[in-house]
Amino acid sequence: MKKLINRVEDVVKEELEGVVAAHSDLVRVHFAPNYVVRADAPVSGKTAIISGGGSGHEPMHGGFVGMGMLDGACPGEVFTSPTPDQILEATKAVSGGAGVLHIVKNYTGDILNFEMAADLAKADGIEVEAVVINDDVAVQDSLYTAGRRGVGATVLAEKVCGAAAEAHRSLKDVAELCRRVNANGRSMGMALTSCTVPAAGKPTFELGEQEMEIGIGIHGEPGRERRALASADEIVEALTKPIVEDLPFKRGDSVLAFVNSMGGTPLIELYIVYRALARYLDGVGVKIDRRLIGPYITSLEMAGCSITLLRLDDEMTKLWDAPVNTPGLRWGV
Amino acid sequence: MAITYEQGLSFVQGFAAAIAENKDYLTELDSAIGDADHGTNMNRGMQAVLPKLGSLEGADLGQLFKTTAMTLISTVGGASGPLYGTLFLQLGTSIAGQTELSAEGWSQALEAAVQAVRARGKAELGDKTMIDALQPAADALRAAAQDGTSLDAALAACEAAAEQGMVATIPLVARKGRASYLGERSAGHQDPGATSSWLLVRAARQAFTTDT
Repeated sequence: MKKLINRVEDVVKEELEGVVAAHSDLVRVHFAPNYVVRADAPVSGKTAIISGGGSGHEPMHGGFVGMGMLDGACPGEVFTSPTPDQILEATKAVSGGAGVLHIVKNYTGDILNFEMAADLAKADGIEVEAVVINDDVAVQDSLYTAGRRGVGATVLAEKVCGAAAEAHRSLKDVAELCRRVNANGRSMGMALTSCTVPAAGKPTFELGEQEMEIGIGIHGEPGRERRALASADEIVEALTKPIVEDLPFKRGDSVLAFVNSMGGTPLIELYIVYRALARYLDGVGVKIDRRLIGPYITSLEMAGCSITLLRLDDEMTKLWDAPVNTPGLRWGV
Repeated sequence: MAITYEQGLSFVQGFAAAIAENKDYLTELDSAIGDADHGTNMNRGMQAVLPKLGSLEGADLGQLFKTTAMTLISTVGGASGPLYGTLFLQLGTSIAGQTELSAEGWSQALEAAVQAVRARGKAELGDKTMIDALQPAADALRAAAQDGTSLDAALAACEAAAEQGMVATIPLVARKGRASYLGERSAGHQDPGATSSWLLVRAARQAFTTDT
């Protein structure tokens, strides 16, 4: 294992120490339990938004804390859910009296820990609503699985809902909006290489030099299938076709296209992916109105990418364009 | 015969010892159909519980189980933290303020705890989870307690039912948790959660049995 770390046990703590050293104008960090909140938290009278999950997906979620996006984030150990006491403390720290929205990615551990935290927060008199993001079309959604995983749409939901909360919309409104983003967003990812969890010290799975995994999760969980490596154009089609067919996205739809690096894939390749995506969508009559390209929901140093499409309406577009000032996303300020 | 506070304490300590002893076995079961951390996570949690029990001088059974619950909740993480946390939290709530427990009382508390775990994880019997060991155990204990069977015999029936339920998870296809992503490939493996749940029920039998 070759990593820029000091001690395996200190990875999350030292990363958070780095975040606060760099961005104390935007965020504060609390240790034991670990959580990140915006520098001016709690904002009185504003619906607060919290997200969280395992670490290793940076900048999500801690990098999205700040004006116009999240009020707080709870980072767990690498690829391990945060604990309820941690989520509870973060919820209390951001609560400005107008309720707290929990944005939760659909993984059994995340769901259970956030539910338990919500129960505890309610017992303390804080109004909490939770919205579960489950946009990964690679997983069959049925009664017989834990359901679709939450991936790229999480980033988009955090930005859109953060803007709505900043405009002092009610908890009920912001939660409803979050469900709408989830309902209109679909994603699929792929891996060219595995990744190494620091505590494990060896790659999560083996992938041959001429192989790729299509439909990967953000923790290296199995995808739809393992295939022979193909060209960027072919890979983009393999990811985009199931996304388009699933919602389905129709001729005339306007979308936000999000091309994400899993951590190890550089921008030069992401733009080759974007080029193919733009051509594919043009061919099916779907118009790209907004775009986001870069590493925003990563899986440590895994090489690969994910594509997320969000069907936009006027309100979502306006909220996407609204100012945001976080370590990971910043515009309009 | 009643279950005393000391026996409650020895149940929690016995569960911690059983988890420590079976840590690698649980992780090995989990590596086949999950993410290979069940033994490690549960052991981290139960080892964190042990030092807290010493400072509980003069506590009742409710406080004992509640302390266990809160420690598991804050140290285990993943799915098993909230699930085992919920189990102990409900045990603590059901028998709050009590320093002694009848067979009937233990049966009612266990049944409520299993119900709480079901509600938390939204799992049913046959989903290949903890519930496959816990529900038969609670059912067997209730039946025995209602029949007026001795406490020792009721506890033995409870443990036997948990073990049977655990073994019965082997052919099942998982419908909840990370194993469910594997679909049919999850069949042929014993569920790690059902296995740690059997260890819990066995620890209760060992601690509460009068005739050892």
